Amino acid sequence: MSAKTSLNTIKPGEHAIVSELISTGNMRRRLLDIGLIENTEIECVGRSPLGDPSAFLIRGAVIAIRSEDCKNILINA
Amino acid sequence: MGQTQASPGASAVYAQTIIKKKAPSDKVVALAGNPNVGKSTVFNALTGMKQHTGNWPGKTVGCAQGYYETRTQSYVMVDIPGTYSLMANSVEEEVARNFVCFGEPDAVVVVCDATCLERNLNLVLQTIEVSERVVVCVNLMDEAKRKGIRVDLALLSKRLGVPVVGTVARKKRSLQALSAVLDKTTSGDYASSPLKVVYPDCVEFAISILEPFVEAKCGSEINSRWLSLRLLEQDEGMIRQAESYLGFELLSDEMLSMAVDCAMRRLGEERIDTEKLKDLIVSTLVKEAEEISKDVVTYSDLKYSASDRRLDKVLTSRLTGYPIMLALLALIFWLTITGANYPSQLLSDGLFWIQDKLTQLFDYLQAPDWLHGALVLGVYRVMAWVISVMLPPMAIFFPLFTLLEDAGYLPRVAYNLDRPFKRCNACGKQALCMCMGFGCNAVGVTGCRIIDSPRERMLAVLTNSFVPCNGRFPTLIAILSMFIIGGAAGAASSLASAVLLTLIIVFAIAMTFWITKLLSKTILKGVPSSFTLELPPYRVPQIGKVIVRSIFDRTLFVLGRAVAVAAPAGLIIWLLSNIMIGDVSILSRCAAFLDPFARLMGLDGVILIAFILGFPANEIVVPIIIMAYMAQGSILELESLAEMRQLFVSNGWTITTALCTMLFMVLHWPCSTTLLTIRKETGSWKWTALAAAIPTVTGIAACMLLNLSACIFT
Repeated sequence: MSAKTSLNTIKPGEHAIVSELISTGNMRRRLLDIGLIENTEIECVGRSPLGDPSAFLIRGAVIAIRSEDCKNILINA
Repeated sequence: MGQTQASPGASAVYAQTIIKKKAPSDKVVALAGNPNVGKSTVFNALTGMKQHTGNWPGKTVGCAQGYYETRTQSYVMVDIPGTYSLMANSVEEEVARNFVCFGEPDAVVVVCDATCLERNLNLVLQTIEVSERVVVCVNLMDEAKRKGIRVDLALLSKRLGVPVVGTVARKKRSLQALSAVLDKTTSGDYASSPLKVVYPDCVEFAISILEPFVEAKCGSEINSRWLSLRLLEQDEGMIRQAESYLGFELLSDEMLSMAVDCAMRRLGEERIDTEKLKDLIVSTLVKEAEEISKDVVTYSDLKYSASDRRLDKVLTSRLTGYPIMLALLALIFWLTITGANYPSQLLSDGLFWIQDKLTQLFDYLQAPDWLHGALVLGVYRVMAWVISVMLPPMAIFFPLFTLLEDAGYLPRVAYNLDRPFKRCNACGKQALCMCMGFGCNAVGVTGCRIIDSPRERMLAVLTNSFVPCNGRFPTLIAILSMFIIGGAAGAASSLASAVLLTLIIVFAIAMTFWITKLLSKTILKGVPSSFTLELPPYRVPQIGKVIVRSIFDRTLFVLGRAVAVAAPAGLIIWLLSNIMIGDVSILSRCAAFLDPFARLMGLDGVILIAFILGFPANEIVVPIIIMAYMAQGSILELESLAEMRQLFVSNGWTITTALCTMLFMVLHWPCSTTLLTIRKETGSWKWTALAAAIPTVTGIAACMLLNLSACIFT
């Protein structure tokens, strides 16, 4: 199994599988509610003009997440 | 995290929804669903009401109610705010959750997006857990079809154990099936056997310990399995709500409290604390949704969203994202100004022709001068001015803006602007409130509810009136065309106006950022909270419908309000400018009193008093100025902007006066409607006063600064 990195490391067009969620509190609930649980496939589909936030395809919906929140989403690259 | 003592008192707004039945036999139906799946469109189509719709999440705030009848049953439909789950994370979601769980609806319709069914099923599964009568309405079937997404509705119904209907809410006829199913469900004719989501063994075991005690305590008042789970999660807000619904305390019951402890101990043995338990519950639901979706949804085209992604690349890229935003803004202004010119002139000619006829009529009737003055020169003329100046630009601006809204561009604006807002320790969604503010600041303030963090919401509320609303645009445009564009004619002139107006807006947005930052460094300290924003699929707007709806619902509404304010204001202004104390009118006296201070700001006393009297509606500022100047002697017919310019110049206007007036138009106290809305939203007069003080002080300072530099450099 490849090493765990954070969601920040994938570039637009790249896919990854979520391995762990370290976010806490409201953000954790929110991410789980939109279906971001372990083993969910996630694709980076773009970045906003200033490079942050980025847009991710999660279970058919496109969701923008800021980079410091991405840090708390671990993936298997 | 990052919260300060400054949290808006939300209680007033989020109080329990009160259902108004027309007849006792009316059944109450809640419309639930994820944000932006077309709940309000379904609601409008069924009830014939006009809830605001548009392609961005968070439009519905509070619960709207409407009435609707089928052949056998009449209903109260309740449109509740969009939510991803019933485990409320924000005030808006709490409203939704409380209504579904404790509002005792006779049925809950969960509206789903057919193009994104899997994510939507999470909410469906949660709703099925709490409510016995659930109808799933899979909306946007046409969009799914176009994208090659097929949903097997029969199989979905079988798997969920509740009725499922497919709809295209934009087409009213497709809702007939929903009506039929609702009749069956609420009358109990539909034997539903809702799917029971099975949790991991340890959780099921904990439930089995607790559930009998819950059932013994609460009977059939509430779903005992559902309440057991909530008790295990120790969700305090939810338990409090449940207690007030049941009318007795739960955990003070010794048996029940012991059972909770026992069940929690068993979970503890498996190393499951409440956080872990919540995770387990949600994960189980998400996995179940994934399973169902895998069987029910088929994709014939895996690249179904490719065109959306291509469009996103253009509209949000590093190179083109911001220029396109500005260009679109300028384009809207240009179309508005160009398009409004001619009808504005036509309207004004027509309305002033009527004024002449009215004057003749009064002469013919030998009515006293004061009556003619008060009614024709006061009430009628101000109303005529407001209509001829405001109606055409609004009738163009609103539909254009609605087109962008329907197409799904607004969330992209929020996405593009999130980084700068984060730098100000605020939330990107503030951009959405700001966009709504262009239409009407009161609407923008209400829209701030989509921001979850109370601190960030307050920032958005306090700074909303820094962007000029539609009532202020016409004044800006008029002054621009009179003093800045001057001689240029035709298309060149309107292009220049559009560019300048865009610059003013950019300035207003820059001020919004600056003040937001200032506030977040001082009285609303805190770090930005986390942020997720859904970027919905682009949709082709229904142009015809947009035009009709935005003219009839928005334009005429705003205009009606303006006229309602302008008519009495016209009377008051006429009285003020014609009642003499000594040989000087009250208006002139007030103006003279304010004059020295106003001069410091590059204005004059008349302009400042016009702003003060324009407190109920900014639209009437210019009519007041005109009337005051005319009362001071120079009588002339104002048939064109050039003549208006003459009047202003003869009263001492220079380019500096024009610039300062425009600056103060952007930066001054919010109108009375906006302030009342702020009071309602924040529940505090203190914050309302601050919301008025901040732009006022900023505006006075900015005008003085501008005037001073003008004095130095000229």
